[in-house]
Amino acid sequence: MTGHAEKAAAFAADESRTHWHDESLWFVRVKRDRQAASIPEWEALREAASAIKTHTLSRLADYLEEFERNATANGIHVHWARDAAEHNAIVHQILASHNATRLVKSKSMLTEECHLNPYLEARGVEVTDTDLGERIVQLRKEPPSHIVLPAIHLKKEDIGELFHIELGTEKGASDPKYLTEAARGHLRSKFMEAQAGLTGVNFAVAETGGVVVCTNEGNADMGTSLPPLHIACMGMEKLIPRAEDLAVFLRLLARSGTGQPVTTYTSHFNGPLPGGEMHVVIVDYGRSRILGQQTFRSSLGCIRCGACMNTCPVYRRSGGYSYGYIVPGPIGSILAPQRDPRMHASLPFASSLCGSCTDVCPVKIDLHQQLLAFRKELVDSKVVPLQKRLAMAVMGFVLSRPLLYRMSGSLLRALVPGLPRGLVYGTWNRWGIQRELPTMPKESFRDLLRKESS
Amino acid sequence: MPNVGLFIPCYVDQLYPQVGLVTLRILRRLGLNVEFPQEQTCCGQPMANSGCDAAARPLAERFLELFGKYEHVVAPSGSCVSMVRNHYDHWLHGKPNFEHLRGHTFELCEYLTDVVKVTKVEGKFPCKVGLQMSCHGLRELRLARSSEQMTAPFNKVRQLLSQLRGIEIVDLSRPDECCGFGGAFAVDEEAVSCLMGRDRIDDHARAGAEVIAGYDMSCLMHLDGLIRRAKRPERVMHVAEILEKAQLS
Amino acid sequence: MSSRNAILDSLRRSAAPATGRPAPLSGTRYADPVKQFEETLIAVGGRLVRGGDPADLDIYANAAKVASLVPGVPSRSVDLHAIQDPHELDGVDVAIIPGEFGVAENGAVWVPGEVLAPHRAIFVIAQHLILVVPADQIVDNLHQAYERIRWQPNSFGIFISGPSKTADIEQSLVMGAHGARSCTVILR
Repeated sequence: MTGHAEKAAAFAADESRTHWHDESLWFVRVKRDRQAASIPEWEALREAASAIKTHTLSRLADYLEEFERNATANGIHVHWARDAAEHNAIVHQILASHNATRLVKSKSMLTEECHLNPYLEARGVEVTDTDLGERIVQLRKEPPSHIVLPAIHLKKEDIGELFHIELGTEKGASDPKYLTEAARGHLRSKFMEAQAGLTGVNFAVAETGGVVVCTNEGNADMGTSLPPLHIACMGMEKLIPRAEDLAVFLRLLARSGTGQPVTTYTSHFNGPLPGGEMHVVIVDYGRSRILGQQTFRSSLGCIRCGACMNTCPVYRRSGGYSYGYIVPGPIGSILAPQRDPRMHASLPFASSLCGSCTDVCPVKIDLHQQLLAFRKELVDSKVVPLQKRLAMAVMGFVLSRPLLYRMSGSLLRALVPGLPRGLVYGTWNRWGIQRELPTMPKESFRDLLRKESS
Repeated sequence: MPNVGLFIPCYVDQLYPQVGLVTLRILRRLGLNVEFPQEQTCCGQPMANSGCDAAARPLAERFLELFGKYEHVVAPSGSCVSMVRNHYDHWLHGKPNFEHLRGHTFELCEYLTDVVKVTKVEGKFPCKVGLQMSCHGLRELRLARSSEQMTAPFNKVRQLLSQLRGIEIVDLSRPDECCGFGGAFAVDEEAVSCLMGRDRIDDHARAGAEVIAGYDMSCLMHLDGLIRRAKRPERVMHVAEILEKAQLS
Repeated sequence: MSSRNAILDSLRRSAAPATGRPAPLSGTRYADPVKQFEETLIAVGGRLVRGGDPADLDIYANAAKVASLVPGVPSRSVDLHAIQDPHELDGVDVAIIPGEFGVAENGAVWVPGEVLAPHRAIFVIAQHLILVVPADQIVDNLHQAYERIRWQPNSFGIFISGPSKTADIEQSLVMGAHGARSCTVILR
């Protein structure tokens, strides 16, 4: 199986496109900086957000029960799913009981995580992703490459070509305004035909028994105000205790994610459409296990803003698909190996541990520290190949023996300069593919020190 | 005068001895009583960052044994100091002297600004300099405010260097983006690592930097490797090399 | 055991020791909240009109179908209460909706669900949106906003900040993704 490094190298091989990708995301980071700087209490907000999440996670069961009670009182049907299979079955059962075969969806990373679309499609439900970026990748039969900007890896020409084939736009047309207009018409007809709307959940509020969904496009609102059936799917970590907590998170979410003061629409669903039905599916799918791990617990505080992706110098130069998981970037590199350590073993190593993610995270998840901690997990559980573990053991052995260390150093410095370049820069030397080795000095610091002192 | 244990990271000892030497000279010239424990090797970071704690732990224990007795420990590296300050705890927690060691191990620049309280730097360096704010020193030691943080700006490295006559510290378009070294990352993720490095050099070059200056030779070794391969005109220098001839007070 | 109980049990087994809630934040205040509201609204693609009647706006004058929920402002060619099915609202050019208050820091207007009756869809399905907000009802920030919202059981409420938009194609900002192509806020 190829890991992140191989896929990243393939992505980065097209250097001009990689630079374009890097700049597109850096542009969002710059917008984030501008918005964050407009709030003098920004760091206090992050602190508060982190504290609310820590508090909520410490009594999540109680708050979920409170939420269930209040949601039920609001006339919302609450369902519980232990895993993806149960989640998918619940959603399908709700649709089937209404004979609904046309579903419009707004963005939900959880349903991507559960692979809901193929599950429903195999059972005769037409699923339309209605967020423009998600619709684009759905038409391309691809997953999103970013959790907030699903089509960030595509150029407008790629989308123009796709829309020409799928939506009948003019050949060669790539003006974003024109393409967006075409998508608006196409998706409006999908909204008009839909029998049910499915949304994700940005926040569920225990106190009100309602859920909050944030979009810029208005697709969640179209999808929940035309068809009478609304299904909202949430990972259970989306819960916050009180409505007033929304102020803290909403002030951070869009500013961190897209560099906007707030999303265009922040919809508070505290019950079904009059005469309609609303269901909330609460999903565990590995979350309670993460909750039990002290080191990784805080990763459940993630509000899926995407800021860690935008700021990550590796993500920007390797693209979302190089991660091979629905949530890419730093947060994905912690969540993916939780799901399957073997399949995603390379992800905690797909980071220079620069820590920009940790400093940008609106809920102060210590992302780069968790990436480091996961490396240890993977070594301890022997998922990291023996060769690498052995190399490190040998290195540790040498470095803990001063004499051996000094001899090895002297030997290296004496030998390398005399070796033919072809040998030093042989295929074994990955450092040397694009870089020169340092010029080997004749003397070590120790040697210089002896002269200095005398 | 405090007793200072000089911590020269393994790769500086072997590959950049001059950086160790100028660090020693700077400290001695300040009248400090500097000692270099001969038995030191490595802080253990390469192994720890690869997840191999079993291989790193004995090095942490050795480090405490060798350096625990000094009033201060100073090293010309942000990354290695961060290892001691931020990553030794789970191995050495509760061991005698550890709390003291952790609280008194300093990267050179912060030692000069915060402990020695150098306020005057007299000397010259007529050159355009780009600062490579290496990540661990920046975000784990807080040698400067990182660009993500919305707090009052400060930069301990700039604070020292900017006083030199003739120096022009250039403004980068991305003031603290990672250079892509990242230890084993540099070879594990060779393609992305090198692209990051080249982008960083380009940013410095566009800003007019003739010298890329930093406090971590590891990052500079990576950038230097790329520069020399591409036969570019920029050069890398450790901050200590720039400060060597200056009068600090 | 039901999935519900299994999940709750496993959460109770895994939970960390309880930590407290942080003290409430007060948030930024602005010397001139209305000016801040206007600047932010413009920045998010909206437009502010101080005073006056929605009927005086060009967007109203030029519209074939207008649905108004603001007392005293007439609808045109749309009778919201006669419509049974919200799908019939497709084709409404302008919706005029009362907002309860505005938020200076983010240009958002709070619209409680009750005012949207009988069809919630009206705010998002119309091609253009006019929000009418009392001029003295601009709060500084979201903390103040949530302090004043009174939650009704089985309800809906929404913050609307500017027109519908997307930047999903190469980060180019385009107004009018699914919802309103323009958003005008009248303060009066």
